[in-house]
Amino acid sequence: MTQGLNRIMWSTIGLLLAALWGLPFLYSVWTAFHDEIYSANFVWNAPLTLENFFEAWQAAPFALYFLNTVILITIVLVANLILCTLVAYAFVRYRFRWAGFLFALIMVQLLVSPEILIVENYLTLSKIGMIDTILGIALPYLTSAFGIFLLRQTFLTVPVSLDEAAQIEGAGACRVLWNIYVPLAKPVYLAYALVSISFHWNNFLWPLIVTNSPEVRPVTVGLSVFATVESGVEWSLVNAATLMTTAPLIIAFIIFQRQFVANFMRAGIK
Amino acid sequence: MNKRLPFGLAMIMLVIPCLLLVAFTHYPALRALLNSFWNNASSRRPSKFVGVENYQTLLEDDRLVQVMLNSTFYALGTIPLAIGLAIGMALLVNAKLPGTSLMRLSFFMPTMLPMIAVANIWLFFYAPGIGLASQILGVFGLPPINFLGSTETSLISMMFVAVWKEAGLFMIFYLAALQAVPENLKDAARLEGAGPVRIFFNIVLPLLRPTTIFVAVNALINAFRLVDHVIVMTRGGPNNSSALLLYYVYEVTFSQRDFAYGATLTVLMVCLLGVLAAVQYWVLNRKAHYQ
Repeated sequence: MTQGLNRIMWSTIGLLLAALWGLPFLYSVWTAFHDEIYSANFVWNAPLTLENFFEAWQAAPFALYFLNTVILITIVLVANLILCTLVAYAFVRYRFRWAGFLFALIMVQLLVSPEILIVENYLTLSKIGMIDTILGIALPYLTSAFGIFLLRQTFLTVPVSLDEAAQIEGAGACRVLWNIYVPLAKPVYLAYALVSISFHWNNFLWPLIVTNSPEVRPVTVGLSVFATVESGVEWSLVNAATLMTTAPLIIAFIIFQRQFVANFMRAGIK
Repeated sequence: MNKRLPFGLAMIMLVIPCLLLVAFTHYPALRALLNSFWNNASSRRPSKFVGVENYQTLLEDDRLVQVMLNSTFYALGTIPLAIGLAIGMALLVNAKLPGTSLMRLSFFMPTMLPMIAVANIWLFFYAPGIGLASQILGVFGLPPINFLGSTETSLISMMFVAVWKEAGLFMIFYLAALQAVPENLKDAARLEGAGPVRIFFNIVLPLLRPTTIFVAVNALINAFRLVDHVIVMTRGGPNNSSALLLYYVYEVTFSQRDFAYGATLTVLMVCLLGVLAAVQYWVLNRKAHYQ
């Protein structure tokens, strides 16, 4: 009996905290779906409207921004998957001088991430003439220490005997990697891809510095330009634009909630 | 036994990927160190070696003192609060109570949002008069607070934003750790007559230590790395009261176009980050291990 009461009490506390936690977001949702006059004024039967979303979509080239973000994420993700796989495999299955030192050197990037080094990376980028390009935004992120670390840990768990058996059968290094290691690491690739996509979808400071023109702006920078340039912009429009730009991630999260959480956890513990 | 890495393969597998990494991590760090001893070039004269002049400026920079105090306060406030909340949330979500999926959704949602969207949402939440925060104050008959516009409250308001965004992510890591705590340990303690509070502090919490190290180091890096909300919400103001170190670097370099001083500040930041991470690791790792 007390057990049951206890559970109800804790459940109530949890739901209250969850409601409190959701409040800022729900307030923004309320405003985005209502006319401007209701934005600070709660009437339970206020008419819902999608007008704000249409208006915001028209007011700035959001379709272009979305496309830029997708291109950016694709470049980074493809490069990451290929390059990190190669480096991790080299560390796991080959012997070479300075291996430990090189690995430590790579791991430095976990601490000193590219965001910290915006000043010098901007100078490098302008020297090679890549300012204001999507590839320029992607460049510092093409190899990821986190990805290398994650894949190395995973590859280490693959039994050496499996590798040797394949080699005796006459498979080269490429085939061993592709047919044995990559399939066994599939869940880790998925986890890494999810983390990486959400990181680059959300990244703001570096793209803000690198881009000047709308043609290359990712969604985050586009949103900030939209929300600040016109000082007279209505709150309902800003909130609609904010939700619109994050909608793909939110919808993906609600659909894949379980896998997302499980994969984030895997990425964390390994 | 592993084979020796042939030269050609090494070029493809190691050298090219690592060159990319070095070019945007180690090279800029060293480059910042070099540039911090030179002044800015102008159209009339090239930059010249000035020795430690930039570092002298750094020591006499009153704004930097304020920024460092802000950053310290920000890190000391947000990291423990986010970790504490994350542990609480993980316990709630892990308890298999009714409504768990709703709790998990609400706690984790802010983590999925870009910081820039979070900043917009909170900008509206804090907005004087129209925002929910001032409306709630109004309901209780309290005078309105200009959360972002006054020097006393701007930094604390930013800290709430950061905690709101981060706690859900840390919750996930604790959730994973909680599920790895062996049931039989808890059963044994229960047989010995330990209550849930005792079980938490004497069994669960010590087992969470590796997670706490991981989360704390990550939170520290994020406290340095993430200043998107400062750019959008306050631009460091009013009167520098909410400026954080990376924001200051951004402003000095890209608004005032002072690249030499920006490089000097970068050196300071990299050194700080290294020292802090080492200290944090040492402090948290020094205590006894239970696993």
